[in-house]
Amino acid sequence: MSGAGPVLRTLAGAAMALALMAPLVPLAVWSFARGWRFPDLLPQEWTLQAWRHALSGSSGVLESLGVSLFIAACTAALSVAAAIPAGRALGLYRFRGKPLVILLMLAPTIVPGLASGFGLQQVFLAFGLTGSLGGVILVHLIPALPYAVLVLAAVFAGFDPAFEQQARSLGAGPAQVFAHVTWPAIRPGVLVAALFAFLVSWSQYSLTLIIGGGQVVTLPLLLFGFAASGRHDLAGAIGIVSVLPGALILIFSARSLTGRSPAAGGLGPI
Amino acid sequence: MSDRMRIALMLAPAMLVIAVLFVGGTGALVLRSLGYMPLIGLHEPSLDAYAAILSAPEFYASLGLSLYISITSTLLSAVLAVLAALLLRQGFAGRRLVTYLFQLNLTVPHLIGAIGILALFSQSGSLARIGFHAGMLAKPADFPVLVNDPYAIGIIAQYVWKEVPFIGLIVLAMLQSLGDDLEAVARNLGASRWQSFRYVLLPQLLPGVVSASALVFAFTFGAYEIPALLGQNHPVALPVLAMRAFTSVDLADRPVAMAMALVIAALGASMVWLVFRFAPGGRQ
Repeated sequence: MSGAGPVLRTLAGAAMALALMAPLVPLAVWSFARGWRFPDLLPQEWTLQAWRHALSGSSGVLESLGVSLFIAACTAALSVAAAIPAGRALGLYRFRGKPLVILLMLAPTIVPGLASGFGLQQVFLAFGLTGSLGGVILVHLIPALPYAVLVLAAVFAGFDPAFEQQARSLGAGPAQVFAHVTWPAIRPGVLVAALFAFLVSWSQYSLTLIIGGGQVVTLPLLLFGFAASGRHDLAGAIGIVSVLPGALILIFSARSLTGRSPAAGGLGPI
Repeated sequence: MSDRMRIALMLAPAMLVIAVLFVGGTGALVLRSLGYMPLIGLHEPSLDAYAAILSAPEFYASLGLSLYISITSTLLSAVLAVLAALLLRQGFAGRRLVTYLFQLNLTVPHLIGAIGILALFSQSGSLARIGFHAGMLAKPADFPVLVNDPYAIGIIAQYVWKEVPFIGLIVLAMLQSLGDDLEAVARNLGASRWQSFRYVLLPQLLPGVVSASALVFAFTFGAYEIPALLGQNHPVALPVLAMRAFTSVDLADRPVAMAMALVIAALGASMVWLVFRFAPGGRQ
């Protein structure tokens, strides 16, 4: 705490770093290990076998990776497309019923996927949407859209529409105003909203299982299977692949270390 | 076009998604929990599913386990998150790295954390191996059972690992916007470090901590994959029990699954509502 000396603080920081990394390290080691038995701290033998198998196609990893990327990208694109106008309405205007709209938009972040997933399954079945990529993308919108709306509402709250009026009075058409005034101003926020939605979909498990019905095998579903059946090496490799998008996003968004990161201050001006 | 009309049009796509998929899905859940399933010839709504779960000892065992898991995980996460944020506010060697790991952790899918905990905590896992080399145990069976265990230690460890950064980053953002002026005043007026934390800083942080904790409670109460992987076989956490009923070959179990999912959603949501409504400073 605040009373601790620099040495103590560094020690506490080191303990934190250790605790944060501890669950991820064995995954990485497993992915390069051959028969890593108790009580060896490190494998006797290192191998690329798990990675080769993962990349070979016969393991289903590449296929699942493609499925996961496609679903997450579509979820992100659709979320942002709906969230840009909604974020504008919520960020720039006061209107009757706004609290109710906000409540509805945020409710899916509180109610577990199990509930809407169970409810939708039969309806989706009737429309032939279960077991399809489209059906899974649709249900992924439920948890992803609220985050995109939150981010974009904050973006528009810090946006001054007077710039658009000026452009219009100078003779720009609506499309030109959007392309040259609005879009450049909101672009960073749109990117953050898209990355949020992407990550929410990327991490999704139960909704995919319920609506995908075992036929849409995303990376988390494949991973669960390998982990439950004791294939530690493959689980390790898939685990590392699953962590990568988040790590890359953090590095590229580079707002990291200020605490004003989109993750922490998503409601603040971005 | 009037402003009202424009705003309605702007909201329409997002509201359509939420209304059809979320509200519609939850509505369908209510109907199906009442056994109203025309597709398999059930046209008469009934409360049978609720009567069934409320008379099943299994349900209460799972409910108790889930409450215990969520309450323990939430409290531990909140306390550790405040300590971690206080630490990260100050300068120390490696702070940038720790902050990066903190943020990275937020992006890691829960399932990955669960598998990591499995690799770490199982009886032949990394901790047991370290224990062996430290001379504390001779064989895997000497290591305490920390995953798939009756006290749900593995599940709680996973939630704490994931949720400390979540609450912590919110607290850190609050600390940064608060600044340390008020604490400095308190210290100048003779307050001890503890007093200035307890009576000046903590009351300002509490609303944020409490709101974030309520979200953590609701999430941990409704999550399926973590207890499914790290939990024991009996009793199972409530979402696992619900999923078992949902995937049961007996179609008559479906309404029971629906009723359980509804109970989970209702309890989680009312917890959040209670906190936002009544907790000290618990608002937006």
